[in-house]
Amino acid sequence: MEQQFSSAQLGMWAFLLTEIMFFGGMFGAYTVYRSMYPGAFQSTTHYMNVTLGMANTLVLIASSLTMALAVRSAQVDNQKMLRIMIVLTLFFGFVFLGIKGYEYHEKWVEHLIPGPHFEYNVPNYAHQAQILFFLYFAMTGTHALHMVIGAGLLTYLLIKSYKGSFSSHYYTPVEIIGLYWHFVDIVWIFLFPLLYLIGAHLHA
Amino acid sequence: MSTAIETPRSTETLNYLNTKYGWKSWLFTTDHKRIAILYLISISFFFLLGGIFAMLVRLELATPAGDLFNSDTYNKLFTMHGIVMIFFFLIPSIPATLGNFLIPMMIGAKDLAFPRINLLSWYIYIVAGLIAVGTMAYGGVDTGWTFYPPFSSTYSRTYVVAAAIAVFVSGFSSILTGLNFIVTIHKMRAPGMTFDRLPLFVWAHYATSLIQLLGTPVVAITIALLGLERIFHVGIFDPAIGGDPILFQHLFWFYSHPAVYIMILPGMGVINEIVACFSRKRPFGYPFIAGSSIGIAVLGFLVWGHHMFVTGQSMYASLVFSLLSMAVAVPSAIKVFNWTATMYKGSIRFETPMLYAFGFIGLFTIGGLTGLFLATLATNVHLTDTYFVVAHFHYVMVGGMVLGYLGGLHFWWPKITGRMYPEFWGKLSALIVFVGFNFTFFPQFLAGYAGMPRRYHAYAPEYQVFNVMSTAGASVLGIGFTLPLIYLIWSLFYGPKAPANPWGAKGLEWETSSPPPTYNFDTPPVMNEEAYNYSGDDTGVHVG
Repeated sequence: MEQQFSSAQLGMWAFLLTEIMFFGGMFGAYTVYRSMYPGAFQSTTHYMNVTLGMANTLVLIASSLTMALAVRSAQVDNQKMLRIMIVLTLFFGFVFLGIKGYEYHEKWVEHLIPGPHFEYNVPNYAHQAQILFFLYFAMTGTHALHMVIGAGLLTYLLIKSYKGSFSSHYYTPVEIIGLYWHFVDIVWIFLFPLLYLIGAHLHA
Repeated sequence: MSTAIETPRSTETLNYLNTKYGWKSWLFTTDHKRIAILYLISISFFFLLGGIFAMLVRLELATPAGDLFNSDTYNKLFTMHGIVMIFFFLIPSIPATLGNFLIPMMIGAKDLAFPRINLLSWYIYIVAGLIAVGTMAYGGVDTGWTFYPPFSSTYSRTYVVAAAIAVFVSGFSSILTGLNFIVTIHKMRAPGMTFDRLPLFVWAHYATSLIQLLGTPVVAITIALLGLERIFHVGIFDPAIGGDPILFQHLFWFYSHPAVYIMILPGMGVINEIVACFSRKRPFGYPFIAGSSIGIAVLGFLVWGHHMFVTGQSMYASLVFSLLSMAVAVPSAIKVFNWTATMYKGSIRFETPMLYAFGFIGLFTIGGLTGLFLATLATNVHLTDTYFVVAHFHYVMVGGMVLGYLGGLHFWWPKITGRMYPEFWGKLSALIVFVGFNFTFFPQFLAGYAGMPRRYHAYAPEYQVFNVMSTAGASVLGIGFTLPLIYLIWSLFYGPKAPANPWGAKGLEWETSSPPPTYNFDTPPVMNEEAYNYSGDDTGVHVG
């Protein structure tokens, strides 16, 4: 059992390394284009909803806290608290996705979805800003996909916990899904400043 | 499929092949040995498919005029040859079959750390393979296996997105296999199996797994971005709409250069085992061979720019990449010298696996040294995109990895199937493969040096003599690859039964019966001696 726990943990850490490299490709592309087209990228921050981005950041940080408390509850065998914390984490996850969906809708209304219908009010920057929005949707979309997968995993945890599968002797799935959840949060912590904040004060 | 390998006999003891029967016991198995067999069958299919594409390419090139296929068809043929051979044969070849079968046994474990993930990775591989085969059946793809934009993202009229999805999906199979190996090697070793006693085969797979884990996701996201660009027509890589095609090449080769080490390190691991066994000696400089595997994996991540010397990347970057590329030659040379030194004053036996190992060492050395020509900036400008490059990487991939794979398959065949193959035919096939291989690819060095470009279906008449030799050699090579297919399958039914340790080899996998029981060992093994302890007596050696 001890060996299984440490194997599962190492496996998840190794998987998260893979995930870092996966997102790393996009962060690399972002860095290259940011330095190639600083002006255009600067201008796009104007279209980012910093308030909602900030709200989402707080929601995710809160969900990380409840996730950590869920792991703790499993460790001390507090079944009721475990379920409450999983439900809360799930709730914050859905709030995040809801706000994100609303932001996507805003972009849709403003014709900022890359493709044939893309419109940008600074004609010189149209192609270049489109790259930023392409990266915006690719990065936040991949992140949101990870959140959806995470929500699925949390639902699995919730069902398992109702069956009484977890105790202070066995909480491996809670622990490793927790690791995954924290990782997805941290990705957002990098996405938020890169996409929303850099240069935002210049428009104020 | 399922019953072909099984040899039920009432007198036989239970092993992993005869405990359960029926297709369900194979398709839902979590036994690493059975999954290895599933991989063995599926990669053999893809090797055959890629081989057919190669033969068609060689047939077209027998004459200077483009008479057999038009240029579009030819483009598809070499592209699908590359995609099939790289993503569906070479990358899974040794790790997913021999590695899957042997790593748990070599470290004295019952199975891999995550048996169900192991099965999942096979299914992912099959799904990717079906997408790839479907793409080819519908008309294929013509971008080259490298998918360079803007051709792939904008101009190609073939099924680029479908092929990209196939490559993307197959990447996850590779990642999960690597992850499973790393955790297994860390957590599942038997008592006494310390890291400095690990078989060098396991060390090589550890290094390979690191690359799979860190490199594959980057190519996955790159290919995904390329697919999105093609679907939505947004310029992430297409320069006409603001993108940067060089960025694609950087991201692509960041994975795909380390990936060529996925395609050689496991082969090197096999050669370590074979050379030590058939020289009856402990490998010379064990820590250096183990360390050089890790060294190759690490340095492999720092040399991708040598694919881009003529693309307009910074000249200073090219200088650094050139220097680092030459540095990879150091750990590679350490391995070659150590194998040679292992044989020195050894009592060498010339059996089939050893013949393949000799072939590997010679051909890999040529492949490696010609790599230095290409790493040198000045010569690279002349040789880029010529047949010299084609010959160079086939010396490493085919001369190295495929020979290593065949050598390993012969070496562990008695362990895997419990049957001996016919030694005479084994030796003959090793010889035919070696001759056929050199006949095929050595003329390509000369053609490339003389200036023949790659990826054209027609060429100037002065190159015909090289191409005729090459096509003739490919036929010989084809015979060399077909022979093992025939006699290995024959041996399943008619081969003499193999003893537990037919070669008198050292290593935990030889201490259990052939074929092994489902949980590998009847009693949990303990490693109580140094690895490769060949210095002791030679009793129990059965020359096959």
